[in-house]
This record gives sequence, C-alpha cells and structure tokens, in this order.
Amino acid sequence: MVANPNWRQQKATTQPAPGRSASVSSHMDPALKIVIVDENPLRAAILADGLAEAGYIHVIRIEETASLLSRIYSLDPDVILIDLENPSRDVLAQMFQVSRAVKRPVAMFVDQSDTAAIEAAVDAGVSAYIVDGLKKERVKSILDLCVSRFNAFARLQEELDRTRTELTERKVIERAKGILMKVKNISEADAYELLRKTAMNENKKLGDVAQSVVTAAGLLK
Amino acid sequence: MTKDRLRIGFIPLVDAAALIVAVDKGFADQEGLSIDLVREVSWSNVRDKLNIGLFDAAHLLAPVAIASSLGVGHIKVPLVTPFMLGLNGNAITVSPRLYAALARAADGDLGDPCTSAKALARVVAEQRRRRVEPLVFGMTFPFSTHNYQLRFWMAAGGVDPDEDVRLVVLPPPYMVESLASAQVDGFCVGAPWNSVAVDLGVGHILHFGCDVLARAPEKALAVRAAWVADHDDQLRRLLRALDRAAAVVNDPAHLDEVSALLAAPERVGVVPELLRATLEGRLRVTPNGSAREAKNYMLIGRDDAARPQPIHAAWLYAQMVRWGQTTPSAELLAAAKASFRPELYDAALGARKKPARLPEDGVGAFTGEAFDPDNIFGRAALSALKRHHH
Repeated sequence: MVANPNWRQQKATTQPAPGRSASVSSHMDPALKIVIVDENPLRAAILADGLAEAGYIHVIRIEETASLLSRIYSLDPDVILIDLENPSRDVLAQMFQVSRAVKRPVAMFVDQSDTAAIEAAVDAGVSAYIVDGLKKERVKSILDLCVSRFNAFARLQEELDRTRTELTERKVIERAKGILMKVKNISEADAYELLRKTAMNENKKLGDVAQSVVTAAGLLK
Repeated sequence: MTKDRLRIGFIPLVDAAALIVAVDKGFADQEGLSIDLVREVSWSNVRDKLNIGLFDAAHLLAPVAIASSLGVGHIKVPLVTPFMLGLNGNAITVSPRLYAALARAADGDLGDPCTSAKALARVVAEQRRRRVEPLVFGMTFPFSTHNYQLRFWMAAGGVDPDEDVRLVVLPPPYMVESLASAQVDGFCVGAPWNSVAVDLGVGHILHFGCDVLARAPEKALAVRAAWVADHDDQLRRLLRALDRAAAVVNDPAHLDEVSALLAAPERVGVVPELLRATLEGRLRVTPNGSAREAKNYMLIGRDDAARPQPIHAAWLYAQMVRWGQTTPSAELLAAAKASFRPELYDAALGARKKPARLPEDGVGAFTGEAFDPDNIFGRAALSALKRHHH
C-alpha cells in the first residue's frame, strides 16, 4: 500500500495550537486528526476528554454508524479509534483494500512486533487504525491513552452496575422487613434479624431471602 | 474426569449450526470438552481474538483464515482449517427496483446467472449514459466468498466490480435496513439475511450462491497452527463432536430441534421457521411468495462438505490475486493450500468414501473454464489486463 504523497504535504502545513504543545511529551503530535467511532456516548466522551487533556486538538466523535465510510473519508482522519462492540469494525476493514474508492490507505495500528499492543487493545475492547506511512511512535501515546480510558470506563461501568444492584437489594430488604413487621407484629430490628438468620441457615444471600418474602407476600395477597 | 475447556468464537449465522449443535446437544461434553461459545459482532473481532489466543478455535470466513496465514491485509498469524463448517449458503439479493430493471434488460431467464450478469452490464451502461450514480452492492468483508461471488458473477457479464459499480462492506445485520433505505441496490450475504429481506418485501433473491459456484468454501473452523501442535487430542475430539452435530443438522427428523436450538437469542436469534427453511434449502425468493428449493443451497457436513480441500484454498487465493488484494506468488499459493488440512480431518474421523459426481475443479463455477490451481497466475494476469482495457 502506498501513501498518497499529496496528503503528506497537506499535513505539514497544519500547525499545532499555540501554547499547548510545550506541555506535552515529545512523542505526541497535537495536529493529528483523531476520529472516535463509539455508539456509547459516555465512553466516547471519556476518551475524547482524555485526548483533549493530553493536548490533541482535532478529536471528532462519530456516534451514528450509518454511511460510516463516507463520513470517515470526508473527515480524512489520521487515526481512527473504534470499540469492539461495534459491528461496523468490519466496514473499516475495507480501508485496507487498494481501491480507487479509497483516498488514503489505512493500516491497523499494529505490526508483527506489536503483539503486546494488540493484546492490550483487544482486552480493553478497542481497536485503532492509522493512515499507512504514519510513524508508529507518533500515535503510540494515543493508543496507550485509549486503552487506559477504555479500562477506566469498564471499571466505572462495573461499579455502576454493582451500586445499582446494591440499591435494588436494599429496597427489597426494606420491603421484606415491612412485610414481616406487619404480619408477625415484630420490631424492625427483629424483622431484620429474622431475615439474616434465615439467610444464614439456608446458605442464601440476604437479598434473595428478602426477595422470596416479597414474592410470597404478593402471591398471598 | 475434568473436562478440557475451549473458548470458541462465532458469528450468529446459520452455518455456525454444527458448532452450536455440538455444544447445545452435549456432543462436545461427551468428548470431554467444555466449550464456551462466544457470540461476536464482527469478523475482525473473531480473527483478532483467535490470533492472540483469546479463542482456541473460531467460526471464520474461510478466506479470512487464509489471509491471516499469508499476512494479507493484516498481521500474519498462521491459521489452519481442519474442518469446514459450511459450504455455500449465500445468496445475491437485489432491490425490487433493480430486479425490475434487470428483468427489462434481460434477454432470457433471469434465473440464469449468465443472463442476469449480462442484464446487469446493460443496466450499468444505461445508468452511465444517463449519468446516474453507480449501483452499490453490499458484502460482508473484503476477504469473503460474498465479495468473490459477487465479483465473479459481475465480471462474467462484463461488469468491472471496481469501476462500474461500488462494492461496500456492511455488517450482515445492517444489510436489510440498507436495502430498504436504498443505500444499497443489492447485496450478497449468508443466511438468514436474504430471507429476512424477502419477507419484509424489500428484496428479491436473484441467485443462490450455489448458482454461481456449486461448492463455495464458505466457513472454516479455524485454529492457530501453533495450537494444533500441542492440542492434537483435543482437536480430534472437537472434530468428532462437530461431525456428529453435522449429521444431526442433516437429519430431517431433527430439523425442528436444530431450528429451535439455533433460534435461541444467544445463538443465531431469528425465528425457527426461517432457520428450518434455510436448512432445507427452501427459500421464498420474491416478496409475493414464490419459493425455490435447491438441495445444495447450504452444505453442512453432507456430500463431503466438511473435509477441507486444498483446491478450495487455492481458489480463494486466486480470487485475492485476481482482485488485487495480494500479489501472485508460488510461495503464497503453496502456503494457502497447506493451511487447509484434510489429513487432520481424516485423523479424527477416518478416511471416508467420497460421493460421486462432485465438480472436478472443486468449485464448479457457472461459467468460464474449469479452475486450474496450477495455472492461476495466467488467469489472474488476463483478468487484470481486461480491467485496464475497459
């Protein structure tokens, strides 16, 4: 695959924003145009913020994947980041093809020696494509940032799910306590103790016992 | 006995049937294998996860397995194919509008791919005269039989797939929607998506894949070459489970059961009736209801379909060369052929009697001379020349 020489000249005229480049590492290139393809708006925002903080000034998000390829061609990015839950990843495979329809050939951001990089990316759930001919060192920091932000998002999601489950569980326990207090005419502390003991004796989770009390009460209504 | 755990990736398509049945009917279990089937959303994901070892094996487009072995279009990871999960199963579907245009332009029966390809050439020429945007066709992946079948068919009618029309990659679940919204005029995709388009009234099935090629090497069970070396026993057991499953898939007495298994949301996830019709090769081809039956619409295990054939690998490599995806090289051709491993199949399942009357060149194309794996560069060079004269 041969990079279009005209494109290289165009790139050389793009200047980084003044004042930002001094604070960033020598390997980063704030002029690179980065496209993020992610249907999850929260994760895309987290990644875009990370890239902005690192000094990248041309970051564009595509959330809608209809006619993805033509949108990418019109944006003409240097780097494309896409999440692995996106079926449109296969659409990007077309950009590897030598074809008259393609303005700039694109390569996956890995080469034979980069097994660790591809493993880290796939593990985090993201994939990166760069314009062929672009030096890998210039985009290494982008992929690293991307992997760490995707991992951070996964942890956040996990925490959110756990909190949500805990909240639902707490609500169910409250309802079960209320039912026991009313039916057995006992105090709140005793109702809780009864649930806890039953859970221990039956080797079940407190939330599960509470749920069966609520279900049973519903049936007996 | 502790079971060996295997993680196997698949794409929700009917030709994952042997894999799904082997797991869900307990055949793998009986071979001492505990298999996690992981449903994926893209071929790129399946390939990458197999390549880096997150999967032990995968339901993979046969040309992707070869491209990966050759390092074409992506990093080179040698994969081998010890078992074909399916031959055929694709169809070319066009919008009612393009179907009508083809019918007007055809001199003869549109069901004949020679006639339809020539009709396509006339429609393309007419559109160009009227300065209308070129027709757009969807296919599933650059390295796919879908891509090669479309191109083979078009080229036979004198249509240059790179110049005269636009071929675009679309994930199978988006095909029908894209046809309905006129973003594409036609597509080549596997089951069940052609039937879905017909049932919704947005597409006509123009050809079954088997009209273009009698036996197209469609989906491989692919494993890493490095994995085979130290898992030969596990592989043998896996192939035995798949072989048993393929027999069940082909048994009319089990059709309902198999369709129900495949219909599960975490498997293929479409209605059982559609799956049943696909497995029987009995598909509605027009929205107003006429159906067509083809015994070879999809071959899972029967008629020697599961035994990988090096000539199929050669044919796929020849298509890569023909359409400029890679360069002609005796070395690459040999590597492609060597990645299809009938001896691994035989080692697990024993040598079997071959059915009579299979196409001698492996593929049985509807037109042109028989495929000759010893002379692919001459043909490819000729095709390239023809494209430049266009």
